[in-house]
Amino acid sequence: MVSDDKLKEIIAQVVGEMMKEAPAAKATTKACCCENVSDDDLEDLTAYELNEWYQVPNAKDEAEYRRLKKVTPARLGVWHCGPREMTNTMLRFRADHAAAQDAVFNEFPKEFLEERGILELQSRCDSKDTYLTRPDLGRRLSEESAQTLKGFYKKTPQVVVYATDGLSGTAIEANYDIVIPAIMNGLKAHGIEAGEPFFVRYGRVATQDEVSEVTGCDVCVCLVGERPGLATAKSMSAYLTYKGTIGMSEARRTVVSNIHNAGTPAAEAGAHIADIVKLMLENKASGTDLKF
Amino acid sequence: MILKAKLFGQVYEFKDVKDVLAKANELKSGDQLAGIAAETMQERIAAKQCLANLTIKDIYENPVAPYEEDSVTRIIQDGINFTIYEEIKNWTIAKLREFILDDHVTGDQINHVAAGLSSEVVAAVTKLMSSLDLMIGARKLPIYRTCVTTCGAPDRLSFRLQPNHTTDDVEGMKVSYCEGFSYCTGDALFGMNPVDDSLGAVERTMNSYQEFVERWEIPTQSCCLCHVTTAMECIKNGAREALCFQSIAGSQIANEAFGITPEMLDEAEDLMHHYGVAHGPDVLYFETGEGAELSSDGHWGADELTMEARCYGFAKRYHPFLNDSVVGFIGPEYLYDAKQVARAGMEDMFMGKLSGISMGCDACYTNHMKCDQNDNENLQILLAAEGCNFFMGVPCADDCMLMYQSTGYHDNHATRQALGKKPLAEFEKWAQKMGFLEEDGLTLGPNAGDASVLF
Repeated sequence: MVSDDKLKEIIAQVVGEMMKEAPAAKATTKACCCENVSDDDLEDLTAYELNEWYQVPNAKDEAEYRRLKKVTPARLGVWHCGPREMTNTMLRFRADHAAAQDAVFNEFPKEFLEERGILELQSRCDSKDTYLTRPDLGRRLSEESAQTLKGFYKKTPQVVVYATDGLSGTAIEANYDIVIPAIMNGLKAHGIEAGEPFFVRYGRVATQDEVSEVTGCDVCVCLVGERPGLATAKSMSAYLTYKGTIGMSEARRTVVSNIHNAGTPAAEAGAHIADIVKLMLENKASGTDLKF
Repeated sequence: MILKAKLFGQVYEFKDVKDVLAKANELKSGDQLAGIAAETMQERIAAKQCLANLTIKDIYENPVAPYEEDSVTRIIQDGINFTIYEEIKNWTIAKLREFILDDHVTGDQINHVAAGLSSEVVAAVTKLMSSLDLMIGARKLPIYRTCVTTCGAPDRLSFRLQPNHTTDDVEGMKVSYCEGFSYCTGDALFGMNPVDDSLGAVERTMNSYQEFVERWEIPTQSCCLCHVTTAMECIKNGAREALCFQSIAGSQIANEAFGITPEMLDEAEDLMHHYGVAHGPDVLYFETGEGAELSSDGHWGADELTMEARCYGFAKRYHPFLNDSVVGFIGPEYLYDAKQVARAGMEDMFMGKLSGISMGCDACYTNHMKCDQNDNENLQILLAAEGCNFFMGVPCADDCMLMYQSTGYHDNHATRQALGKKPLAEFEKWAQKMGFLEEDGLTLGPNAGDASVLF
């Protein structure tokens, strides 16, 4: 039998180890003690890199454990209480899922468009809910939007660049102000003229085919929010087509995916997209027809 | 055959058996997307009423995809026991339901009748079942299968260790699977989804997984979830593998979209019997999921549930060790929210068992569904109680490669504890020897959670 004193000692030791390893536990303690804690001093549960967040007490080989954890984004070395996750692990997961769900389900803010003077169009979906359940309606512009787009450009633009919320409005908010100037400057440097960008609410990738038909552009660049994973809700893709038409083969799209800070940063992606547009115009092709 | 039903004085008429089946289905967004769902709740119940009075023969003689044009239909229609069919063909679907639920009818008696049922009949009776009906029916039908070890005992619950990595990094996968095994996940199988489906990469993974299993003498079956043609090529080249994987569907068109034919799977089974590392006899592992046929335009205007039942009818030909329904992966346009996913999961479990399939479930959800981890944990408990043979296991429920959430290492053993189910027998002994599990078979041991014990 273990004596009470010995037990207390063991508990104190284990708790001590945990406090050392678990950032969230530390944060809670601090917040309790100081009622007037400044915002800067609050520890953010989501600020820690998952591959550095290690909390296995007395592992057989801690050094190797930490080294291996570095090479995977999986949530490992998190320890347990009974069969369940530690509180900080559970809350970090819930926080990441909350960010992902907010990115999908929150409406893209009208203010974002108004502040920048961006034209807002809409697909045939009348709500987020319709968008999620009716891919067929998301692939087409509403009749009103198609009319508006018809009169939007004074002369037919060679290239059209536009954004759509897709499955993550958050991704468009996070990348738009960097990626759009990067694309436009890149195109200008190549001597290519592009029309003024606009925004389509509740759009799918294939909405770009109607955009191509309505505007008569040669190359259409659609920036779309990707379905968020738990790692990031800010990832965006660009789909590019040469002379797209409604119902065309998916194989004719060229895609640049994973555009976010931890993937391809927006500035770099913008320059890359401009280069692809140039190639498409030179080769008069896109997707698998385009040989790099 | 009467294709009409009356409710509250109103008569509802249906076009054909396929229309009755579709409208009798519980509400699914995929059936709405296909334009075949009941338009009102009352029409749905009227369809159920109409279906209840149809006979097994009515349904058998009207498969949803034409016999001449669909290889899955041919396999299902030709695969039944015709002597037993003659005994029961005049039963109504209502009678079939009541037979299954009767306390005095045993699992063996149900299995006898099941040998005379086509997949459309399995689907039909499922549409007349409430959640508890599905639970009571499914629990009578434990399905045992043997590959390296044996799964299926009702007092045991097993898990697939799924240590996926964004680039198949060998060390990244290693820390994940070592930790998974330490949490007593991995007794159903030890299998990853490769990002790189090329021969060299897959062969390397197969061999390294099997080496690990042999080094630590883990009683489980290794598997790399590449395309079946890739797996066969690797095994012909001498790669060591216990289970051969493939995604399958309920129609020929949808199977062609997966790049498979029935003959290809025959060949895979034969190859595993002669060159796999497991004695078997059950050496294949399938994945299915409601909505797959609609997404590849191979649904023949039939509903998601009926097409899923046909997957099991097709699978039956190969006596798979495991089949899992990847129930929440496909997205809200096919299964809208946690409620529809839970219903589909329970239906699949029951239909699989009635078809004689060793069923598992990837209880999961994507981030564009109205579903969260609480919903998923509820579903895991429901399906485990229904007699599910296995679930997935990923670190903290977050699959960093497939970008969806499933059941985690920490959810799995907790589910065993909640329902008093132990790991598979041989694995239980191994986990106890390694210090991952206590003598009671339910409490985690002192080494649980420390992957480095297996480095």
